[in-house]
Order: sequence, then structure tokens, then C-alpha cells
Amino acid sequence: MWRDAALVAAKDLRIEARTRVALNQLAPFAVLVLLLFAFAFDAERTVLRGATPGLFWVAILLASLLAVQRAFALERPDGLRDAVRLSGLHPGGLFLGKVAAVAVQLFALEALLAVGVVALYDASLSAPLLLVPTCIVGALGLAAVGCTYGGLTGGQRVAETILPLLVLPALAPLLLAATQAFEAAAEDRPGEGWRWLALLVAFAAGYVGLGTATFGILLDDG
Amino acid sequence: MNATTASKGTRVLGAVALVGVATMLLFGLVISPPDGVSVAQAEGGQRIGQGEVVRIMYVHVPTAIIAFLAFFVTVAGSIVYLLRRSEWADVVAHASGELGAVLLFAALVTGALWGEPVWGTYWEWQDPRLTTTAVLFFLVLGYLAVRRLPLERGRRSRLSAVVGLLLGPTTVVCHFATTWWVGLHQGPTISRLDPQIDGTMLFSLMVAMATFGVLYAWLVLHRFRVLWLENRVEDLGLEVALAERRAEGRTMATSGVVGSPPTPSGVPS
Repeated sequence: MWRDAALVAAKDLRIEARTRVALNQLAPFAVLVLLLFAFAFDAERTVLRGATPGLFWVAILLASLLAVQRAFALERPDGLRDAVRLSGLHPGGLFLGKVAAVAVQLFALEALLAVGVVALYDASLSAPLLLVPTCIVGALGLAAVGCTYGGLTGGQRVAETILPLLVLPALAPLLLAATQAFEAAAEDRPGEGWRWLALLVAFAAGYVGLGTATFGILLDDG
Repeated sequence: MNATTASKGTRVLGAVALVGVATMLLFGLVISPPDGVSVAQAEGGQRIGQGEVVRIMYVHVPTAIIAFLAFFVTVAGSIVYLLRRSEWADVVAHASGELGAVLLFAALVTGALWGEPVWGTYWEWQDPRLTTTAVLFFLVLGYLAVRRLPLERGRRSRLSAVVGLLLGPTTVVCHFATTWWVGLHQGPTISRLDPQIDGTMLFSLMVAMATFGVLYAWLVLHRFRVLWLENRVEDLGLEVALAERRAEGRTMATSGVVGSPPTPSGVPS
């Protein structure tokens, strides 16, 4: 299973590196969301700085929808989905590979947006020991939830429009925990921040486990 | 062909539900006292409590509890479907999910209407029960959207069952939100050995709970039968359409009628 996961992750990341969709579409989209928040809040720096944790994670969350759709759209043309099913790869490995590839892209996006909020919102990011693990686990959780539901809608245009409806409510706990961890880091309350990070870890682990167990059913192998 | 989804059992259940609604209205609106009269008196003799507004409780609490119950039925149906591929379990999960969504929506609306006079706001973001209920409601909408996907039935059922499973943890969190976190909702009131509520109010609430429980069972049975029949129609759909076309072709050929083609059901448009 782990070998299959590594194969799938390497394949997806290689495709991303060659097509540069993440770089050309995902990153500009996420930065654009940051700009739109600034317009919506009338470029009020105090408000933007105070709301930075929430805005940062909402931007990542919206971008993750595109990343997940892209990850499963790769296998849509020419019956590739059936080819993947026939390849004999372990469904759990497929899921973990997809999660790893999406999580790597989202983590890179988080790094970019971290620079973005410092530059555009005048935010100060402190406590890197708390922020970096939060970003890693957050990216993993987003990817796990996205790929669980992405497996459901992947390869079918009729199901694509319901992806946000399924994913966004499911991500509400992650948004809450990640935002609170960021706020705790910004306000120098590391103890509270670690508790939120623990919740984030539990959430991500739960969805990674659930997705690994059910991905075969979603692929119709069950 | 039987043109109704009713049976002797559902008719009895329906009659019990209607009697229950009448009894609930009698107890909820007439017999049970307004809050503050029988329960709490402030030190200065001034009445405290919610007054007449408390009567919303007889709809809000039962709809919320029966909605949670409905989602557990959906989760159970989803698990059974995934294990045994039972169409029966799949249809039960679907019917219960739909009814649960309606009841949860009613709970949210009545909660907002109750919250305004009592808390001074329709919606309070700091209350964990409210926010988790909102999340649960949208998860259920997602589940119902998956149930309506135009896919082959077996595939749709498998996908729905996986999404249905995910309602379980959220429902548990939602149910225990008042125990685990502090918010505006009060903690367990009636599910304890010494219920913290006036006797008549408690009885009225129990009548309302039983009534909504019977209403749920009654409607789920009907919805189950409609969905089951929809599946049968789906199974027969193509064969019936072909047979109809052939029959129409033969009729037109023998009568020599030439004109606009009939509508798919054979009824002139």
C-alpha cells in the first residue's frame, strides 16, 4: 500500500511539475482571494491584521477545492479512471498518494500565502514552532477530506458541482482549529495553540483513516 | 394496482400521530404553565423566566432530538448497506435522512425564534450546539444531493452510504456539544435522573417527543414505500417505455391514425 501511495504521489506531483497548473492557476487564485478580502474590508489594515488567521485559512480552503478537483480531473479523460482501477494498485495506497500530492501543493501554497498576509495585511507571524506544524497538519487534513469526497465526485461531471457542498461543512472543524492555533500563536498563547493543533491532528488522522478504508468503495472496488 | 403507499399499519400510525398532535397542542398551549409562574420566583417577588415563549420548547426540543435519531438511523442504514448491499437498508437510510433534514431545519428555525426573545439574538456564534447543528444541516444537504445524483443506482447507493457514514460523528458532537463545551444552550435537562423542569412541562414535553417520534415513523414508512416504488419504476423504466411504444405502434397501424406522436406516458399532451 505504501509503495503504491508513493507511486501515485510521485506521478501526480510529476504531472503538476510538468503542467504547472498549481503554479499558474492555484497560486494566483489564492493570492487573488487575499486581495478580494482586502477590497471587501475596505483595505482597513487593523481589521485585516486582526482577521488574518481566518482569512488565511479561508483562502487555503477555497484553493484546496481547486487542488482536489484538479487531482481527480487528471484521471478523467480517455477512461484513465478505469485504467487506474485495473492497474491493481491498492485503493488505500491510491488515496494516500493523492492526499500526499495535494498536501504538498497546499503546503507550498500556505508558504506563499504566509508571505502574502505579511506583505498585504501587515500581519506578523510569530511562533514558527507552532505555525509550521499547524500548516503541515492543516494541509494534510484539507487534502484528506478533499480526497475522500473527491474520490466520490472524481471522473464524473454530474457530481463535480456538489464537491464544495460536501467538503466545506466537513472542513468546518479544521478551519476552526487551524484558525485558533494561528490566533494563539499570534497572541503568544502557545499552550492553547498546541491544544488546537492536537485537535487538528486528530481530525486529519480520522479522515486519513476513513478515506483509506472507504476509497475502494468510492472507486467501485468494494 | 394499489395507488397508495398506505397500509393498515400506517393508517393506525397516522391516526395516532394526529391524536398526538392534538394532545401536544392541548398540553403545550393550554395545560402547561408559562415559564416563571410555577418554577422561578425572584427574591423581590418579581416573576422571572421565559413566560409564554417557553412553549416553543415543545416543538424545538423534540424536532432536534428526533432529527438526531433520524441521522443515527441513516448511519445504521449506511453501514448495513455497505456490509450487505441491502436495498432495504439503503432506502431506509435515504428516507430517514430526508425526514431528519426537515426536522433539523424545523429545530433550527424554532431555535432562532426562541433565541431572539430569550438570548436577545437569533443566532449566537459562540454557542457550540448552534454552530455544530448548522454544520450538520449542511452535511445532510450534501448527503441528500448525493442521493439525487444521476448515476447508476448501485453506484449512487454506495457513494451515499459513505457520505451517510460521516453524519455519525457530527451528530454525536452536536448532541454532546452542551456537555463538552460551555455555550448559551443549557446542559442535559430531561435526560438526567432528576429532571430540572416543572412536572407539567416535563409531561407536555414527553407528549411532544412521543408525537414527533410517531410522526417521524409514519412519514418514514410512507417515504420508504415511495422510494422503493421509485426503484421499481427505475428497474422497469426502459422495458415499460419500449412496451408502450410497441403497443402505440400497433394501435396506430390498425386504426390508420396519422398525426403527432403521443407523449411518453401515452396520454395526449
